Amino acid sequence: MAGTLAACGSSDGGQGSGDSKTVTLVSHDSWAASKDVIAAFEKQSGYKVRVLKDGDAGQAVNKAILTKDNPQGDVFFGVDNTLLSRALDNDLFQSYEAKGSERIKADYRVDRDEHRVTPIDTGDICVNYDKKYFADHKLEPPKSFDDLVEPQYKNLLVTENASASSPGLGFLLGTAAQYGDDGWEGYWKKLKANGVKVVDGWEQAYNEEFSGSAGGKKAKGDRPLVVSYASSPPAEVVFADPRPSTAPTGVAEGTCFRQVEYAGLLSNAKNTKGGKALLDFLISERFQEDMPMNMFVYPVREGAQVPPEFVKYGPQAKDPETMAPAKIADHRDQWVKSWTSLVLK
Amino acid sequence: MDLTRTEVVARKRGAAARFALLAAPVAFFAVFFAYPVAAIVARGLKTDGTWHLGRIGEVLAQSDVRHVLWFTTWQALVSTALTLIVALPGAYVFARFDFPGKHVLRAVVTVPFVLPTVVVGTAFLALVGRGGLLDDLWGVRLDTTVWAILLAHVFFNYAVVVRTVGGLWAQLDPRQEEAARMLGASQLKAWRQVTLPALAPAVAAAALMVFLFTFTSFGVVQILGGPTFSTLEVEIYRQTSEIFDLSTAAVLTLIQFAAVGAILALHAWTVRRRETALRLVDASVTARRPRGAGQWALLGGVLVTVAVLLVLPPAVLVQRSLGAPGFGYYRALTSEDGGVFLVPPIEAIGNSLSYAVAATLIAVVIGGLAAAALTRRDAGRFVRGFDALLMLPLGVSAVTVGFGFLISLDEPPLDLRSSWILVPLAQALVGVPFVVRTMLPVLRAVDVRLREAASVLGASPWRVWREVDLPMVRRALLIAAGFAFAVSLGEFGATVFIARPDNPTLPVAVARLLGRPGDLNYGQAMALSTILMVVCAVALLVLERLRTDRTGEF
Repeated sequence: MAGTLAACGSSDGGQGSGDSKTVTLVSHDSWAASKDVIAAFEKQSGYKVRVLKDGDAGQAVNKAILTKDNPQGDVFFGVDNTLLSRALDNDLFQSYEAKGSERIKADYRVDRDEHRVTPIDTGDICVNYDKKYFADHKLEPPKSFDDLVEPQYKNLLVTENASASSPGLGFLLGTAAQYGDDGWEGYWKKLKANGVKVVDGWEQAYNEEFSGSAGGKKAKGDRPLVVSYASSPPAEVVFADPRPSTAPTGVAEGTCFRQVEYAGLLSNAKNTKGGKALLDFLISERFQEDMPMNMFVYPVREGAQVPPEFVKYGPQAKDPETMAPAKIADHRDQWVKSWTSLVLK
Repeated sequence: MDLTRTEVVARKRGAAARFALLAAPVAFFAVFFAYPVAAIVARGLKTDGTWHLGRIGEVLAQSDVRHVLWFTTWQALVSTALTLIVALPGAYVFARFDFPGKHVLRAVVTVPFVLPTVVVGTAFLALVGRGGLLDDLWGVRLDTTVWAILLAHVFFNYAVVVRTVGGLWAQLDPRQEEAARMLGASQLKAWRQVTLPALAPAVAAAALMVFLFTFTSFGVVQILGGPTFSTLEVEIYRQTSEIFDLSTAAVLTLIQFAAVGAILALHAWTVRRRETALRLVDASVTARRPRGAGQWALLGGVLVTVAVLLVLPPAVLVQRSLGAPGFGYYRALTSEDGGVFLVPPIEAIGNSLSYAVAATLIAVVIGGLAAAALTRRDAGRFVRGFDALLMLPLGVSAVTVGFGFLISLDEPPLDLRSSWILVPLAQALVGVPFVVRTMLPVLRAVDVRLREAASVLGASPWRVWREVDLPMVRRALLIAAGFAFAVSLGEFGATVFIARPDNPTLPVAVARLLGRPGDLNYGQAMALSTILMVVCAVALLVLERLRTDRTGEF
């Protein structure tokens, strides 16, 4: 084992955080990119890319804030619109306007005066349904938030803990956007009475409780409705072996909340030049067109092509609920606390 | 001060030796435990240079915090009681019965103790959850009830009781009980007056240890309990990692610290009582084949318990890992898909083994030195207090330690955050207590008169050590190393925060695969879990072959 340890030591030395030839991206666990795309950036820019994945999105943001005085990297990717205020209020980023920002759809751009974050991808948090369950029971799948409290959908839905999970929080915010500041609590009382199940995180909800996913089938999940993403159906197709001709799951389009993920140049980053180059690259057409099949998200750049699997199995929701980051910032913690008391206690 | 000059000189030498032995362990714990924990707690309770200790009262006044405290305490009490009820018969069987396959069974019983909780959580869901075995057979479901938590806690801690109580029971001289019976005592009276007093401290020590582990339970409660059940540890994780309320997390950490400190002080006291009260014999003298229907029935009952409670959940994992034709999930581990990992998942195996070896070396050096210092007969109150302090890493929130590492070991002269050694250091923190508790009883049991006799006959101190101490210590060291290795291999709570994505450990890799959709990712998680179980089982099987006559506490 001495050789292995020595190898670890020497390779670490070569990647020291002080080495200006390396640019480090800190992210949540879901970061993924094709090797050839990263290689293209490395060749074009002269920087070697190192990626550190730090747990789920909330965990990664909190960890980045805790270490902001001596950050683990140069660029942080993956703070979404639901958590953006926490990052900005804690001075996580320094200003930088990425080259090509004008090509980003206006809907996704925030912080226009200070340019502390750059939109990188978007996705929709939506209720997914198990097609087989609804076909077998000769039942129409739900289409809207309103539908979910109807008696025919009693005990069918599983969602995530809003305080612990970004899809869970996104779903809560979607209901707040739909029913208003004073109306969402009434809605959740009905949802609870209609048998909604709450689990801690997406992995449990999707891979254990949901009857439509590969993992859920193995775990004999008995909930045919789950809060997940509009891009989950294409994932079920792409990762299946052999691939089915149609997706086993579908999306209830009237239950969607739009999520936007941002990246920014970390305050106190050691390699700011490399970080800027990396941010520029993240919104380039090359990277934007590579993202969907790796991270199952949609590009924010106008004109970027989405892969056929997305067009066929998981198109973006046409009219999702949205909420301004400032409003999320003002209400998020109080709403999560109220939601916890209402639904979990 | 009527000591002779020789005695004064000898005492000074003893103090110097004790200090030298303790220097490294004290430094290790100060730098890699006390400092990180203090840093993260201060981050929560100290802002702009001012301490906000009033926050402690505010947090304690919240009803949901008191609810967490209450749940943490009562489930730990119930978990402990259930574990004792289920495991004490096993302790007796391992202590007094000799039967084929005993060594293998002991290793089987110990494997659960070192498995990562993310793996066990999934296995228990498959056993007691919807569509699980109980559901299929009898329509019984226990998932998201407290019963799943309690059963998993028994699963994990069965070995603590068997090894702690059974190990001692095996060395109790049965002739004392037999002598009492010859003098007219009934079997029950002989047992109550001779055996029970001898065992009581060990049972108390085992109970306290199980209580400690279940009081600080994290992965089991998080995975099996769902959002309606929180222990302090889970709540600290939520406040730090999810909600980002560092002051609440800091207060909860202090509360857990105080509770764990009290438990460990009690445990240290029961351990010392045990060691000074007993006359022990070779374990091989006390074990014999079961005799009579009652004893065979007891052995059968214990075997059934082990099969249902300890073997069945891992068996579910193995079955699932073989779900794809032709070991498809195992073969997938070697491919680099650029997705979850930057390297093929199978590299996690090499990473984990390397880290575990490094952690084992650190733990054995630090733990061995600490055990040697604690063994000296002239150890004072300070040293005995340090005994309890050494156990604190077992009880302090892994989240706190993990985050503490991040914010305190991040600048010269201790800028380790991008160094590979950060992971083995975190693992060694958990391994050191096991090394100490394995070696202490062995070192204390070395017959002092044997060493004195050798000295009188002219042997030099070095030769005394080599001829008398080393043979006994060597085997204890190997057992301690085996335990530290297995525990390090399975460590998850702190490692998940500091393991690097290009060097994931096995438990971190399993958790990440479980977090991704798709049959292939799920299957690979099961395959990696199975590999981890096999590696731990092999390590423990080797450990059993090296058992000394006087076993340690774990």
